[in-house]
Amino acid sequence: MESAKAKIWAALEHLTDPEIPVVTLRELGILRDVRVAVDGSLEVVITPTYSGCPAMGQIEDDIRASLAQAGIEAHVVTQLAPAWTTDWMTPEAKEKLRAYGITPPQRRCADEAGGGAHVLTFMPPRPTETVPCPRCGSHNTTLTSQFGSTACKALYKCLDCLEPFDYFKPY
Amino acid sequence: MNKAPNEYLLHLADNAVVLGQRVAEWCGHGPILEEDLALANVSLDLIGQARLLYQLVATRLGGDATEDSLAYFRDDTEFLNYTLLELPNHDALVGYAASDMDYATTIVRNFFYSALMVLLWDKLQSSTDADLAAIAAKSLKEARYHLHHSADWLVKFGDGTEESHQRAQAAVDHLHPYTEEFWTPSAQEEAAIANGTAPDVRALHQAWDALVADTLATATLKRPQTQGYVPEGKQARHSEHLSYLLGEMQSLARAHPGATW
Repeated sequence: MESAKAKIWAALEHLTDPEIPVVTLRELGILRDVRVAVDGSLEVVITPTYSGCPAMGQIEDDIRASLAQAGIEAHVVTQLAPAWTTDWMTPEAKEKLRAYGITPPQRRCADEAGGGAHVLTFMPPRPTETVPCPRCGSHNTTLTSQFGSTACKALYKCLDCLEPFDYFKPY
Repeated sequence: MNKAPNEYLLHLADNAVVLGQRVAEWCGHGPILEEDLALANVSLDLIGQARLLYQLVATRLGGDATEDSLAYFRDDTEFLNYTLLELPNHDALVGYAASDMDYATTIVRNFFYSALMVLLWDKLQSSTDADLAAIAAKSLKEARYHLHHSADWLVKFGDGTEESHQRAQAAVDHLHPYTEEFWTPSAQEEAAIANGTAPDVRALHQAWDALVADTLATATLKRPQTQGYVPEGKQARHSEHLSYLLGEMQSLARAHPGATW
């Protein structure tokens, strides 16, 4: 069984995000686990990112296709809890994002006061992190819009090299 | 595991899908490109939340129920969303600023709703219905971004030009009375409170008031008196606007039942 699991991990190792083709599903934390179900069959566990992310359907299809291509029989199971968080991104994924022109999350969500479980009286804490430019590294940047080309990104502009860029928001 | 009443889950799902549909009306019509994208993303989040909830209800109902049958084949008299969310993206069509797409109306509504949902999803994370708690934990992250987005624009409008201030105030005056519906539990909410799967909405009122009062003050806007008629959309008694909204949203699925692409 361990070798079957290893085969699945290997088959899915190079599968990338359909919208950010430089990072793999494993590095993003979408591909959570490969395990044996109660009935003895193999399960690939994925956790969706944003609720409305249109890439999730594609990701499931890609996984099924890769498994089929490798001649492996396994189910794809979507697991909601614990909810996906950008905290799960590996350091390698963050570096790849930066090299691709997307600034990776600069804040750990688990570090936020109360981890979101606190009672809110006023506005929830606003993002206070500085967002460095992925091209020139300058910290002199400004938020253009809280939503970018996809729900998971915000639009920023570098005030030194003047390039606009995407920021992968902490989630 | 405790299970939230299906009607309560449908109330949450209908809220998300109806507002998602209204917000999506801006797709291709946003005042600036960045806002066009922002609202499309907010709408996607809401429709995604609705799908998770409809899928959960469909699984629990069993039989022929699917997320699509719940979204597309229930009539307006079966929808359990707040009346606030089905209203058009404009105030009464009178006065110098009359237009059928008013950005202040959209922003103020998103603000009132996301201010509520940030509080409600937060509580629902510890629902004794583990499936609902999982959906709440995801949705909370999204609602926080929606709240920041709408609150930022509300402050820009209120504390902006004379015209943006007037239009933001008109939107607040128009929509605020509809928020009264949040605070009177419906039968399905009472049932969910009783079986421990949902918090009592009345316990969130004070925190919501504080959040709204704080933001309106920053935006130099006045908060209207709350009194008078309490809408009953979540009890399936709607304004006429929901019928037209669903007419548009459901027409394709009903014209071609079971179609795939």
